Amino acid sequence: MFEIYETITGENPYKSPMMIYPAPHYTMGGLWVDYNLMSNVPGLFVLGEANFSDHGANRLGASALMQGLADGYFVIPYTMGNYLAGDKPTLVKTDHPEFEKVAKEVKDLTNKLLSIKGKRTVDDLHKQLGRIMWDNVGMGRNEAGLKKTIEQIRQVKEEFWKNVTIPGSGDDVNQTLERAGRLVDYFELGELMALDALDRKESCGGHFREEYQFEDGEAKRDDENYSYVAAWEFAGENKWNLHKEELKYEYVKQAIRSYK
Amino acid sequence: MEAKKLNLTLNIWRQKNSKSVGSFAEYKVQVSPDASFLEMLDELNNTLELKGEEAIHFESDCREGICGTCGLVINGHAHGPLPKIATCQLHMRNFKDGETIWVEPFRAKAFPVIKDLMVDRSGFDVILQAGGYVSINTGGVPDGNAIPIQKEVSSLAMDAAACIGCGACVASCKNASAMLFVSAKVSQYALLPQGQPERYRRVERMVKVMDDLGFGSCTNTYACEAECPKGISVTNIARMNRDFMMAKIKSKEVEV
Repeated sequence: MFEIYETITGENPYKSPMMIYPAPHYTMGGLWVDYNLMSNVPGLFVLGEANFSDHGANRLGASALMQGLADGYFVIPYTMGNYLAGDKPTLVKTDHPEFEKVAKEVKDLTNKLLSIKGKRTVDDLHKQLGRIMWDNVGMGRNEAGLKKTIEQIRQVKEEFWKNVTIPGSGDDVNQTLERAGRLVDYFELGELMALDALDRKESCGGHFREEYQFEDGEAKRDDENYSYVAAWEFAGENKWNLHKEELKYEYVKQAIRSYK
Repeated sequence: MEAKKLNLTLNIWRQKNSKSVGSFAEYKVQVSPDASFLEMLDELNNTLELKGEEAIHFESDCREGICGTCGLVINGHAHGPLPKIATCQLHMRNFKDGETIWVEPFRAKAFPVIKDLMVDRSGFDVILQAGGYVSINTGGVPDGNAIPIQKEVSSLAMDAAACIGCGACVASCKNASAMLFVSAKVSQYALLPQGQPERYRRVERMVKVMDDLGFGSCTNTYACEAECPKGISVTNIARMNRDFMMAKIKSKEVEV
């Protein structure tokens, strides 16, 4: 680890104090799946940290390895086989109406992105979005900040669709176009994260709503009203429906977590 | 305090696709010595895109030196001049102000250029599909202390398994041989009990696929070990050769 540190910073940690700063690492949660790790799209299984199933309000170190191994070793070999046993795979042709519909959607999106020819790069807009998220949707959040953030994200998104520039074409490999497509998704994800944080009027784990804390600054949970997993269903642009998955504890008694 | 920026001349390989002829293009950049090599390329791409020019295509993913996705030949060295790091871990403070840097893709017949610095390394996946797995069911997970494996042996297996499959060995080999990669994958299984049932079948299959894909032969120059970001040892190649010879005697399969 000290070697890695020296490679990155150019300073010897044995001689000068180490520089430590917080950094965005992972997002908590992920795609909704059932107990078989299948998403709401039949046949589409989501494994590892891409799904929501193992994260609580916190994500502990090495979760990526743990969840990848657990899902890959212990769950999917049994549940996917079960799904395949009930499914008769047939040859799917590209003239299937659903395929044609999606192919057209992708082509239209690509053409739309390429035709904007504005003045700002994808990277520039991505960094602006990152800054907004960093400022108001980090560990500490509050109502005013989150409301402002949702507005700001919508503004950057609007700016993106008016003023982004993507050189190259959609006919061969185009990494700028790939990044643009991903940024379009990030606008959606960022807004949903802010919305979810706004909706959850309590503090728990990595979500610290500044309005909800004890006098000594410890996180104040509200188990009566928020003891659920929030699963947001996509219902069109800027619209999501909330499904609450209740958290039921049979053996463990919920208590205030204290590190003191 | 912000360190003084470096003025650099970059000669970067530009190639539209696998069929077109590529050439070097010159770019002048000013970069912070604290920037990583890939961050410098990101910045350069930003300025190119603002001018309406296509971005320089290169691959990267984790940028923490563990995934093996990045890979550039910098001044003739795969992953740059420093030992045991991937390109993403190379920082600009290792270059001098006013220096000219040559950036090329990994070059090998079996790694066709997709665009600019991006090459198709899917040949490695095909090799792994031929034998990079254990298909016997080893049952539930036993207690770690119940498996009698010597420390030396498990360490060798772990060292072999440290290979991230980046392809630097192929890029630095004058024959574009993939022997270091394949031998690391063969060794990580050959050394452990789980790998025994398929040991000889595995080495025969993987070597066959490696040859079929157009990777070259090994002539023991060890450039691969010198450039490997994970320091994979060429003793793995010796182990693979030994297993391959044994396979010719032991294996029931004639050809795959």
